[in-house]
Amino acid sequence: MAERPALATRALTRHFGGLTAVREVSIECRVGEVHAIIGPNGAGKSTLINVLSGELRPSAGAVELDGDDVTGLPPHRMSRLGVGRSYQKTNVFLPFTAVENCRIAAQARLASSMRFLRPALANRAVNEAAERALAAAGLEARAETPVAALSHGEQRQVEIAMVLATSPRVLLLDEPLAGMGAEESARIVELLRRLAPDHAVLLVEHDMDAVFAVARRLTVMVNGAVLESGPPETIRASRAVREAYLGTEEPVRG
Amino acid sequence: MDLHTFLIQLLNGVQYGLLLFLVASGLTLVFGIMGIINVAHGSFYMIGAYLAWSLTARLGSFWIAVPAAIVITAAVGVLLEWLVIRRLYGRDHLYQVLLTYGLILVFEEMRSLLWGDDVRGVPVPASLDASIPLSDTLSYPVYRLFISGVCLAVALLIVWVIQRTRLGMTIRAGAVDRQMVQSLGIDVHALYRVVFAGGITLAAFAGMVSAPVSAIAPGMGNPVLVLSFVIIVIGGMGSVKGAMLASLLIGLVDTFGKVMHLEIAGVRVLPELSSMTVYLLMAVVLLWRPEGIFGRRT
Amino acid sequence: MGMSRSALALALCVAALALVPLAAETFYVQFFAKIMIMAIFAMSLDLLLGYAGLVSFGHAAFYGAAGYALALTTPQYQAASFWTSLPLAVAASALLALAIGFFVVRTRGIYFIMVTLAFAQMLFFLFYDTKIAGGNDGIYIDVRPVADLAGWRPFSLDDYRHVYWLALAFLAAVYLLLRAVLRSPFGRVVSGIRVNEQRMISLGYPTFRYKLACFVISGAIAGIAGYLAAVQFGVVNPETMGWHLSAAVMMMVILGGMGTLLGPVLGAAAWMLLELGLQGLPEAGGVNLGKHWQMFMGLFIVVATLVLPHGLVGLARSLRRPAERNNG
Repeated sequence: MAERPALATRALTRHFGGLTAVREVSIECRVGEVHAIIGPNGAGKSTLINVLSGELRPSAGAVELDGDDVTGLPPHRMSRLGVGRSYQKTNVFLPFTAVENCRIAAQARLASSMRFLRPALANRAVNEAAERALAAAGLEARAETPVAALSHGEQRQVEIAMVLATSPRVLLLDEPLAGMGAEESARIVELLRRLAPDHAVLLVEHDMDAVFAVARRLTVMVNGAVLESGPPETIRASRAVREAYLGTEEPVRG
Repeated sequence: MDLHTFLIQLLNGVQYGLLLFLVASGLTLVFGIMGIINVAHGSFYMIGAYLAWSLTARLGSFWIAVPAAIVITAAVGVLLEWLVIRRLYGRDHLYQVLLTYGLILVFEEMRSLLWGDDVRGVPVPASLDASIPLSDTLSYPVYRLFISGVCLAVALLIVWVIQRTRLGMTIRAGAVDRQMVQSLGIDVHALYRVVFAGGITLAAFAGMVSAPVSAIAPGMGNPVLVLSFVIIVIGGMGSVKGAMLASLLIGLVDTFGKVMHLEIAGVRVLPELSSMTVYLLMAVVLLWRPEGIFGRRT
Repeated sequence: MGMSRSALALALCVAALALVPLAAETFYVQFFAKIMIMAIFAMSLDLLLGYAGLVSFGHAAFYGAAGYALALTTPQYQAASFWTSLPLAVAASALLALAIGFFVVRTRGIYFIMVTLAFAQMLFFLFYDTKIAGGNDGIYIDVRPVADLAGWRPFSLDDYRHVYWLALAFLAAVYLLLRAVLRSPFGRVVSGIRVNEQRMISLGYPTFRYKLACFVISGAIAGIAGYLAAVQFGVVNPETMGWHLSAAVMMMVILGGMGTLLGPVLGAAAWMLLELGLQGLPEAGGVNLGKHWQMFMGLFIVVATLVLPHGLVGLARSLRRPAERNNG
């Protein structure tokens, strides 16, 4: 386990007018662990991810990457610093093929895009990174299919593959399993297990089986604030957590 | 510049700004509520002016001509919405721009066929054909004060309708969520017809009321349209408050720019390049707040 | 194998077009040259419209700027050099696009349309109202540029056939250039920005830079067209920057088919032929229809926008598809 957290927040807060969506959240994510954020709908989990990825500016508090203050940096800067983010609502390039989606993601990191005359397809490093990412997500058979023609679950796989193609160090995954069937979910869970040793993974999920199978650390958020944070056994045993979230209703798996 | 000249330019600037506000508010309301960009909006300014000229000549009185022209314009607006505009809902802005540009060409040629290509004029109505003396040599035309007054009254009317009537409430709701309004059983199509007809009538009314002090000529709608765009960019799309602020700003900057003398590094900048001042203003706003002063930040 | 077949077809078209001046009358040669110049202009706009998704309503500013650059740098009663005046004119257009783009690329959607029109109109009025360049009468280019290189004259711009071949050469060159650019890493980024700009940003692309670069490239190519047009006509006026031209070139792109390289070429041809046909309309019912051709053009635009959203290329594709189904 790394000593310094790859990603850390200090009293991170985000208001929307009168509503406080994220309230003084201080969490850490280290390389080698999958840190899952769970909580009921409206707990502020997606807002937290949006602030961490740079798409929203925090109202107060700080975000640190390897100890460096990166608070308020715009999304493309965060991405270049090694923070990759996937979306809960599939946010891909629908007219492009699956492999083209990954290529454009890989190109961001591996090649200079201010090149005007050589064909993009000639860049071997980009092609290989794209194919590897697609294979990791289990979609290599559908590489040349336009994403618009893929099933919803396959599109979610493209969503994840794109993040992998940018070779990030920190992965912010916003409900990656949403809308996936049992087989695909199992594949992604296995992927997360393989990624964990070399990456810091912050995972927002409702799929409790997946969360408990792969997460080394859990943080429960309710109403924008951290209710409890700790290893899975502690969270499972915690009465407060059970009342707030786990005990009332089992979320239906998509 | 002495005080009296300054006062005259100030009144001119405000009058020009208020006139531009009528045109711009029509454009911004149509876009804000219906999501339609109508580049033929300026053509209605021209149509209003020509109607005022033609009907004054025919009916003998400016005061009868204007209400008649308003009714005709509103009817044209309803017809146009039903025939063509409603096919633009939800479509790409590019197609809206192109289609309404096609309408500009049609309107220009129809104007040419109906009323010819010469520059026309409407005499200031007798009841307002007087001047208020400001000093022993300078006086200010009453009619221009009348224009400002009428524009201000219409502006207040717009605000009142939107803020205090049920129609206005429906309009505001429709601007926020079209489908919700529809599912509440409100006839969105009728609503849009009213809004569109109202929007272009505002532009036409500006043309009518300014006819006695402007040159009624082919293509007179184009500069007004471009200025409306500048106003909306500065003020923020969909914001009536922004349109008012920006209109007055532009009216004053443009008016004073034309009479001031300014040299920078030996080059005569004002009044020669006065037409560029409003674009400079727009450029500054684009650097500072690209969505406009009162625009919604996306 | 489909690639080389279409490449062969295109090469044959170019060859056929090259033969036109040997067989056709002066009027048609000049008219076809005009179409090809408009095609270059339309392709430049398609880069913005069809590939970057930026609806620029003031593209004529860059077309006209190049013509004015030529007129203003041609010494009175003397000829400029083709080899210096062309790069100069294109650079003028590119710089103008950089200056305007710096402001307008900050905006999106409807704002972008409005500000591009506004800045273009600013330039139009600048040239129309002031005496910087002849006001609304424009400037005559008394003597056309010469292509002399150390005593050798490869072609003469006074010869209407040479102008035609020059336009054809540039059309082919611009087509090949754009095809390469669209397949390059830059081209992929531009397409990505059109499809989903937010995702591009989150992947790490500073999209402002790419949109601005695209705007400049597009403006520079429009400058090539504007230069050739000024050479052909020998006169420049503010209308070459006006919004009627901006709207016309937009219609050419839409009519032909956005987001395809050949679409704008077809659209330019269709538009110019339509304009010619409408202008030649006879008198009917005491009204000179030809004089009011713009009304018919306007009606055509209204109908075409409603009926042909994917332009002629889209129409051709949809006609071909049922045939393919029958074969397969």
